Amino acid sequence: MAHAHSHDHDFHHEQGSELSEMQLRTRAIETILLEKGYIEQAAIDELIETYEKKIGPRNGAQVVAKAWVDPKFRKWLFEDGTAAIGSLGFGGRSGNHLVALENTPSLHNMVVCTLCSCYPWAVLGLPPLWYKSAPYRSRAVADPRGVLKDFGIELPKDTEIRVWDSTAELRYMVVPMRPAGTEGWSEEKLAELVTRDSMIGTGFPKSPKDLK
Amino acid sequence: MNGGQDIGGMDGFGPVQPEPNEPVFHSQWEKRAFALTLAAGVAGGWNIDMSRFARENRPPNEYLTMSYYQIWFAALEAMLKERALVSDDEIAVGQALKAPKPVSCILRADDVARVLYHGGPTERETKTKPAFKAGDRVRAKMMNPVTHTRLPRYVRGHLGTIDRVIGCHVFPDSNAAGAGENPQWLYTVRFDGGELWGADADPSVTVSVDAWEPYLLPA
Amino acid sequence: MAYDQHDHDRFELSETQLRVRALETVLTEKGYVDPAALDLLIETYETKVGPRNGARVVAKAWTDPPYRARLFKEATSAIAELGYAGRQGEHIVALENTPKRHNMVVCTLCSCYPWPVLGLPPVWYKSAPYRSRAVADPRGVLKDFGITLPKDTEIRVWDSTSEIRYLVVPMRPPGTEGWNEDKLAELVTRDSMIGAGLPKSPKDVK
Repeated sequence: MAHAHSHDHDFHHEQGSELSEMQLRTRAIETILLEKGYIEQAAIDELIETYEKKIGPRNGAQVVAKAWVDPKFRKWLFEDGTAAIGSLGFGGRSGNHLVALENTPSLHNMVVCTLCSCYPWAVLGLPPLWYKSAPYRSRAVADPRGVLKDFGIELPKDTEIRVWDSTAELRYMVVPMRPAGTEGWSEEKLAELVTRDSMIGTGFPKSPKDLK
Repeated sequence: MNGGQDIGGMDGFGPVQPEPNEPVFHSQWEKRAFALTLAAGVAGGWNIDMSRFARENRPPNEYLTMSYYQIWFAALEAMLKERALVSDDEIAVGQALKAPKPVSCILRADDVARVLYHGGPTERETKTKPAFKAGDRVRAKMMNPVTHTRLPRYVRGHLGTIDRVIGCHVFPDSNAAGAGENPQWLYTVRFDGGELWGADADPSVTVSVDAWEPYLLPA
Repeated sequence: MAYDQHDHDRFELSETQLRVRALETVLTEKGYVDPAALDLLIETYETKVGPRNGARVVAKAWTDPPYRARLFKEATSAIAELGYAGRQGEHIVALENTPKRHNMVVCTLCSCYPWPVLGLPPVWYKSAPYRSRAVADPRGVLKDFGITLPKDTEIRVWDSTSEIRYLVVPMRPPGTEGWNEDKLAELVTRDSMIGAGLPKSPKDVK
């Protein structure tokens, strides 16, 4: 029975002496499930391939870039995120109920899941470790400005900060403001400015001079 | 602070596991850690509220996995280092490397019985009057200080009844922060189980906390 | 040094042992602590102050009605009459168990406990299962102690959030008429004075 050796992850970010125990246990479970015919090897490989390579924040960047250039799409996006995003071919798991949140000069949105790690996979891929970890989960709802400082960001004192705790199946995607100096840019070029963190609400898009 | 210590009502810890014929201390180091904490407190001059804050002020994942005396000891190290009475390099080699700072008092063997017997009473004289009396309905404030407090999260925002006016006592929220004793009126406040835990709660259960006046609002 | 099973944690046990020794050495060398005082502190709480103190208080309350009245009126001084007083017992309140009401004491935030009458608290009292569940599910906790109370018994849980320390005075077991205080004290368990247990019955004591 073939094992998924080709998908052994880069373990540089894992911690501690429990690493080898986890490797052994996951391999053991995978072997048993395959031997019992409960799972199919090819399906496992496809799942990993999908979220490592195919679905990621580039999807969301496309959505944002289109909202920046296309007023009708923008309106639709904020009225019915699922449908508008679906029209670009993105949806499905953790993207069945999408809500787009509009950042404005007086309003900044930030998304968290205090209870676990709910995240709009369909447009952003799988969440980063910091999003799923206790520091962000515990502080985003209590001290969002402190969290933004951890990301090197300081907003004006009178900017309203809306924190959205994703406690249901709704998944939130922040639509950051379009950077200045991008008049006439194509959607593709604009998409390059849209960072993952800007769509969570812990960052801003890049500015034109960041792109060289 | 909303730290790992504020666990009233938290799930997942499993059953209570009493140990038959449990010894007072489970190892030599526990005995020493206990005694060092009490004795060093005299030399270090910190108050009990500062000690409690130092203990609860651990990362929650550490607090919840450390044993009781490990928490005490970690807090002791932290308080000693904060006051520059010992340093990490001294602990690492187990030897004093720098001269001691002068301290006003140390606990001598001859003092032990008397000091323990006297304890640390917290009731203080006051000219103020209590805002509440027994039977009053009160609401525990919604407050979330990052510093030391003794109002657990599970009662915050909830309606209770003054069971008893206890007296005027040192206020830990101030005392722990080094802002002085700031004594406040202290009450026992009783909450119905249903108020705290919802409609499905056991109707025969009530829970009380001892709450200082700054924790309470009239209801 | 024997392996300490109560360090259920991720931290190196032997590292803690070494650090404690190291710190004791440093503090002693600097003159901040007196080794004889340390030994005396340990001896006090290992051998001198313990639940037998509280048992005497309870036994006296069972046999001496004026004492019982004083105890419930102002426990700190009533307890001091027997010579028990001081650290972590400067302000004691006695709680009366009755057929209709059962009292249980906890400190959800740490481990506050009436040392002069009960000594140092047991590990279970200071641990997360008791601290988290006593206020939410006291009947479940009592079940862990093998106790089921009638459904209509009121259960009062007291979270010791201040320096007030609580001592539960359990009900006197039947079949103990005429017993002297010493014999009665043998029935009073530590857990019955916390509210997590009941006193022994005469047949438990031979």
